[in-house]
Amino acid sequence: MVLNNIEKLLEKYENGETSLKEEQVLKNYFASDTVAPHLEMYKPMFAYFLGNQQERFTKDVPLKTKTIFNYKWISVAAVAVLMFGFYYGNSISNNDLGTYEDPQLAFNEFSKSMEMISSKFNKGASTVSYLNEVNKGTSTLGYLNEIENTTRIIFKN
Amino acid sequence: MTQKEFLNIVMPFKDKVFRLAKRLLVSTEEAEDATQEVLLKLWNNKKKIAEYRNVEAFSMTMTKNYCFDKLKSKQAQNLKIVHSNYEEKNTPLQKQVELNDSVSWVAKIIEELPEQQKMIIQLRDIEEYDFDEIAKMLEMNNTAVRVALSRARKTIREKLTNTHNYGIK
Repeated sequence: MVLNNIEKLLEKYENGETSLKEEQVLKNYFASDTVAPHLEMYKPMFAYFLGNQQERFTKDVPLKTKTIFNYKWISVAAVAVLMFGFYYGNSISNNDLGTYEDPQLAFNEFSKSMEMISSKFNKGASTVSYLNEVNKGTSTLGYLNEIENTTRIIFKN
Repeated sequence: MTQKEFLNIVMPFKDKVFRLAKRLLVSTEEAEDATQEVLLKLWNNKKKIAEYRNVEAFSMTMTKNYCFDKLKSKQAQNLKIVHSNYEEKNTPLQKQVELNDSVSWVAKIIEELPEQQKMIIQLRDIEEYDFDEIAKMLEMNNTAVRVALSRARKTIREKLTNTHNYGIK
């Protein structure tokens, strides 16, 4: 009776129609010592299946939390370095310049430097006045147009 | 997600991933590497894990694809060791030894199956997944899985009967 049942199950099994429960029944049957002689060849198959379930993965997996390098921090560091640079650079140049305490003195110094600038500027502007001569020359060239007009009239006729 | 939470999710099926990889890649070392790779990929995408409906099925699919890639690159390297002239010389006398031997025969027979049938046998007969899950993992439909499974089981039975009847080949 049991054997009959097993044979039926085996047929279903080969057609891929058994449920997981029925397969469990088969596995248990073939794991036992009372396997019918004509079904003996199935034994290693089910033994293999059961044996293979025991295989384990034993290797460690290195789960590193900082595998992803954060590039944001590079920019933060760069900004920090730049800030330091600006800060020290500014403080050095400020020390060199110095400042006036007395407003009168400061005004005098300021007007002196402005005077210097204006005198230099005037010198530059006076040399530019030569350009007026050039303008005069070009205006006299305008007379040539009159000549051209007359020659055109002549050639037309 | 902390490392502990991740391990809690991954622990139950990491052995299954390893066994599937071993079924496809044969060598234990390569299967270990593949498992490590798959788990690391999961870890790197841990933010998305909550979105996956079935992490286990997803990792099995990932394993399958990874192993296929590996196999493909191996074929491209064109390095193959074939034991064509290898024969077992000593016949075991004891029944226990004989059984052990035929168990390893099963391994050899499964190794000779086409990849798809290998995976289906692995997932169904060893890992005991139901058909819907297998279909999802292998991106196949349900009937195709059944047909391939039936074919694989018949092949195994035929070859086993042969070796059983003739003794060791």
